[in-house]
Amino acid sequence: MPLTTPFHPRLEPLNQTGIWKHWSGYLVAPQYQYSQTAEYYAIRNAVALLDTSPLFKYRFRGPGAGTLLERALARDVGACAPGRAQYTCWCDERGFVLQDGVVMQVEPGEYLLTAAEPALRHFRRVAREAGIADVSIDDVSRQFGILALQGPHAHDVIRQLTEAATPLRYFGVTPAEIAGCPVTISRTGFTGDLGYEVWVRADDALTLWDALMEAGRGHNITPIGTTALKMARVEAGLLLMGVDFHMSRFAWVDAQRETPLELGWSWMFRKLDQDGRDFVGRAAIESELEQGTSRWTTVGLAVDWHEYERVHAEAGIVAPLHEVYGESTMSIYRRGGKEWDYAGYASSFLTSSLLKKPIAIAKLPPDLAEPGSEVDLEVTVIRRPHNVLARVERPPFFDPPRKTAAMEGSVAR
Amino acid sequence: MTSAGTYDAIVVGAGHNGLVNAAYLAKSGLRTLLLERRHLVGGATITEELLPGFHFTTFSYAISLLRPDIVHDLDLVKHGLMVMPLINTFQPGLDGEYLLLGADDHANYHEMARHSVEDAEAARELDHIVKRVCRAVRPWFDRMPPNSLSSDPADLAAMAELRSYVDGLDADVRAMLEKFASSSAAEILDEYFENELVKALYASSGIIGSMCGPRSRESGLVWLFHKMGDYDGVPGSWGFHKGGNGGFTQVLARAVEAFGGTIRTNAGVHRLLYDDGRASGVELEDGTTVRADLVVSALDPRQTFTRLMEPDDLPKDLVRHIHDFKFQGTAAKVNFALDRAPNFPGLEGREDIFRGFTNLGPSIDYLEEAFADCRAGRFSRRPFLDCCVQSTIDPDMSPAGKHVMSCFAMYAPYHLAESDWETERENLGDTVQETIEEFFPGFSELVLHREVVTPADIERLVGLSEGNIFAGELFESQLFFNRPAPGWNQYRTPIEGYYQCGSGTHPGGCVTGAPGKLAAQRILGDRAAVESSA
Repeated sequence: MPLTTPFHPRLEPLNQTGIWKHWSGYLVAPQYQYSQTAEYYAIRNAVALLDTSPLFKYRFRGPGAGTLLERALARDVGACAPGRAQYTCWCDERGFVLQDGVVMQVEPGEYLLTAAEPALRHFRRVAREAGIADVSIDDVSRQFGILALQGPHAHDVIRQLTEAATPLRYFGVTPAEIAGCPVTISRTGFTGDLGYEVWVRADDALTLWDALMEAGRGHNITPIGTTALKMARVEAGLLLMGVDFHMSRFAWVDAQRETPLELGWSWMFRKLDQDGRDFVGRAAIESELEQGTSRWTTVGLAVDWHEYERVHAEAGIVAPLHEVYGESTMSIYRRGGKEWDYAGYASSFLTSSLLKKPIAIAKLPPDLAEPGSEVDLEVTVIRRPHNVLARVERPPFFDPPRKTAAMEGSVAR
Repeated sequence: MTSAGTYDAIVVGAGHNGLVNAAYLAKSGLRTLLLERRHLVGGATITEELLPGFHFTTFSYAISLLRPDIVHDLDLVKHGLMVMPLINTFQPGLDGEYLLLGADDHANYHEMARHSVEDAEAARELDHIVKRVCRAVRPWFDRMPPNSLSSDPADLAAMAELRSYVDGLDADVRAMLEKFASSSAAEILDEYFENELVKALYASSGIIGSMCGPRSRESGLVWLFHKMGDYDGVPGSWGFHKGGNGGFTQVLARAVEAFGGTIRTNAGVHRLLYDDGRASGVELEDGTTVRADLVVSALDPRQTFTRLMEPDDLPKDLVRHIHDFKFQGTAAKVNFALDRAPNFPGLEGREDIFRGFTNLGPSIDYLEEAFADCRAGRFSRRPFLDCCVQSTIDPDMSPAGKHVMSCFAMYAPYHLAESDWETERENLGDTVQETIEEFFPGFSELVLHREVVTPADIERLVGLSEGNIFAGELFESQLFFNRPAPGWNQYRTPIEGYYQCGSGTHPGGCVTGAPGKLAAQRILGDRAAVESSA
């Protein structure tokens, strides 16, 4: 039997579709209403509420917590001051990515970290092997629920419940109290939009849910499932583990592994020469940077709408543009002389309702990865493969100013 | 005062087609001036904050037929285009019954099957053949139609191409297309359905904005026209632009300016300036003139040919056709500010039922009776209403917790037999409100504010003759070869350098943007031909 999240008693009656799926062993709704697009637009137009509790959650405490994370995480956690959060990743010794996640320094010397897969034993082993003893690492996955409140009205909603969220900058973190319950609020999310994530003790989960839903009522707050989130994250250019990259630990061969540089995360290492950290994977990443040995570059691809229309029109059908979200590999070919000249692959595909064109997250060899480069993406039209023109774009595809803008203390309207 | 040589092109009227046309012209490098009589752009495609915090789509209220290539050609996404799906259709009866259709085909089947199992299956059949007909028509919707009177080789070739295209259609698609052109909506619906509520749901598309009832022959084509659009490629579906349809025309205005075009509001055009059959500019209402060799009218055909210029300077047959061109507006808008969303008995608290069109008009007879009033020269005593509580989709349309409701109301004939619209405006408002009250008891208590827009208001405010929302009826005699007149269906006029690009040209109204785009293609093609021959 799957587990249920602490919010489940509220979610269960809201699911009009009756469709549930499993996320890390928990029951979650891929969608609550029949229209995934309506849920998607709650993120871009109003405010969406999403249960992300199935994430694995770890707490690092003690004098050695910072030291351990500097060793274990590939991005320098030293830049993550108290009250700040960071998107980060951790690697194996060969510089291949194990996982990504968000780390927050919630109190001086106390960190919370999310992960898509179990990592307790991993971090304890890193601590042990580095001789860092004065740190306690706890799996707090079941102690907390997490709600993501995302969308242009997210601040309008949360400010009714607490003043603590208003001053938060992008990736800021603060303790707060909502409806009498202690919570941790971060200005983070996986949608590329304005939004907050709220950690709450499992026992208080329903109180938090009710408070947010009530505060959001006049703002068309909409519970959303994981599919709407995934649609939004493609527009935001955010990678999904198990889809756009894979955990090195359980790969069979290196062809199934990726390095942070290959995933487009070189920005995490911009100040590498100024930081002397001896983190796991450093030597390999340095060597990859110096010698340019990356096999792939992760890029955004925008499919040429006119060609996409044309290949379907020529087959006598209407081009599928509605709620097409795909996680299966699509092949990419070089354009030019040779037919079907394999170049790389798309790992996530979305017919973006907002952008009015299909977009993808893809791996291309570095020589094809410059923005504006043209490639052929293979799509299936009535069971036959066709190539359509696609152009490399630098993600995010959608990046509204409100995502990072300062929030005013006053009500928006 | 004359400003000479500043502009290559002047577009008259900043409705959505004027905006689209100006954007294409500006994009091509022409120094383009778009002139708008009112204080805001958008024409009948506007959103106004008539009460603090309450935003009304004064006239047009949804989007479907907007041509997708315009979105891409003009980079509209970059300028803020955002169309959200209208996911539900709610068709209440007067007996407590209702149809609530949503985004899932099978759920819709079962909902319809509550009324008739066979109708539920027939609906899927009908929907599919309508989609195939629309797809078949679409290429000709998106290109300039041939001139049926011309012996020009290009037109003869296009006519031959059209004939062979129609001959090449699948037999069932072609038969259905012919049926739409020759039958009433009711006749077609009788072939598919037995349930009145189901029939009424479909029939409403056949009468929108037109002087016809569901049993009038014209209603077949009007129905098909309203299905020609799509939402993200889903044929026949409709959407709501962020901020209302005025949000959409603001996007277009940003595109015009991004391409280097100039927009002037409060700049009504008094007349076209022309000498020796060549356009040379316009004279504004304030007496100033602006010179340009290219002038495009985005106004309706009556204004384009008989107000902006002297009809005596036009061929007699064209003047006669424009004179006979039917406007005869039949629709009004009543927009409400509401304290809460209305309640439907049995579905209390379900705000989601309003996230789409709510059709008040539960039977063919109901709609026909409403039309009978129209024929008698009065507004319907029990009108057909197409409502949408738009703030259930876009929270920025109203203050938190409050709502705005757009109600499209029929029939409201432009010509009243025994009264006038100044007298009848609030009577119509009362009738509409009482009708809503019949379906949603307690509705009137929710009303904070009401705005009634009659056909006379539409004409006075945005210049659409007789308040016709499509800039002329969507009847076969006024479409394709004949829009707005045989021989003048290709955006040119008898005056060289003077073009037409409003909804009174092919393909027609409904916020397609196609007239604006196709006219721009025609204009740029003509200019290229002149340059290459020079």
